[in-house]
Amino acid sequence: MRHSALVRVTHWTTAASFVALLVSGIAILLAHPRLYWGETGALGTPSLVDLPLPMILTGQSGWGRYLHFLSAWICVITGGAYVLGSRSHFRNDLFRPSGVPKYSAAQRITYITVVFVLFPLMIWTGFAMSPAITSVVPVIVTALGGQQSARTIHFVVANLLIVFVVAHVVMVSVAGFTRHVGAMILGRA
Amino acid sequence: MSRLLTRRRLLTTGLGAIAGASGLAVAARLADRYGLIPPDHGGIYGAGETLTYAAQRLLTSRGALAREFSPSQISTVAPINGPVPSSLDYRQMLASRFRDWRLEVDGLVSKPSSFSLADLQAFPVSRQITHQACEEGWSFIAEWIGVPLSHVLSVVGASPRAKYVVFFAWDDLWESLDMSDAWHPQTLLAYGMNGVAALPPPHGAPVRLRVPRQLGYKSLKYLAQITVVDSVKDIGQGLGSISPELGYSWYAGI
Repeated sequence: MRHSALVRVTHWTTAASFVALLVSGIAILLAHPRLYWGETGALGTPSLVDLPLPMILTGQSGWGRYLHFLSAWICVITGGAYVLGSRSHFRNDLFRPSGVPKYSAAQRITYITVVFVLFPLMIWTGFAMSPAITSVVPVIVTALGGQQSARTIHFVVANLLIVFVVAHVVMVSVAGFTRHVGAMILGRA
Repeated sequence: MSRLLTRRRLLTTGLGAIAGASGLAVAARLADRYGLIPPDHGGIYGAGETLTYAAQRLLTSRGALAREFSPSQISTVAPINGPVPSSLDYRQMLASRFRDWRLEVDGLVSKPSSFSLADLQAFPVSRQITHQACEEGWSFIAEWIGVPLSHVLSVVGASPRAKYVVFFAWDDLWESLDMSDAWHPQTLLAYGMNGVAALPPPHGAPVRLRVPRQLGYKSLKYLAQITVVDSVKDIGQGLGSISPELGYSWYAGI
């Protein structure tokens, strides 16, 4: 499997920022592990789901939020460079593969969904939780049903991304961990 | 050939690095001049903080209003974090219904002033039904009644040199806003809530700040003093508010 330098660099930068986003996202979530639908929700109001997380690890959201936004910027800038810089990769490998396909149909659908549906949804629902950004474009939060709905969708999509990453690592391991990771680092199999 | 390439590459890399560094320096100066650098821009998280603050300041004009809601959307539960101030002075003021409470306004103003609760209530009344999200994740909608901070800033004659408005509270917390939020029409000195002309004490009586374009912790309770400044370097640790000293970002527009 051959990967261009851009794909390799953006792959590992995205991987690192994803881990940072996940860790900091959990730190923020621990402050209030309840999810709601609509505009509002708090202790004393009905929740959609009470996550089985202890409410004793609160107070991690300060550094959590600092790290979340730093890694979000890295992830978004990297993702932008990847999408804009590897159009031929999308065309030849993912959307209209010709000759011997690099990826199976299931892989192509999964990658396209992750890159063009799940990541944009994370950015959208993240922005929808910002009172400053929604003061300029309120429709991004009203279209989702409210600020707490955006928070809930942000959580659900984060879980879908975790499922993707786990499946991705398992499949790479089954197919030959050293060979595939080597290819993603060095560019050649 | 390879030597030539190496030398050429060295030259272009060097020139590129110099151009990049001076470009960054110019960008930093410009950003500082246009108020795009938050006071807590240092440390490992500073780059992300600065990008977030600068991007949102460039996107959000002073006129961009936080969403407002209808009275039927007011939450039945309005949670509270933290107790009312325990100091004797505060408890005495509370007992006398804040008759002797004063809000001092000083700093870069032409008329340093001291306002009683009645003084503030005599100013034009502004009401808003807005969403308040706690940094923890929960949120509620409430109506807030008060005077726009911009009105008070006009009355005391805030200097055009002002860069921040700093707020000190009876619970020893303090905050600051940049002028974009300080002059924003929805930034209130709130003295009433949900149709009642007085704040419930745990919601910040007698007067609290309301900053609906930022997370709840920017809406400082139990106000005591407002100081208009051109720099926050000499206040506390110089990070703009007590929030970064406790690990939370100064700017919370999110």
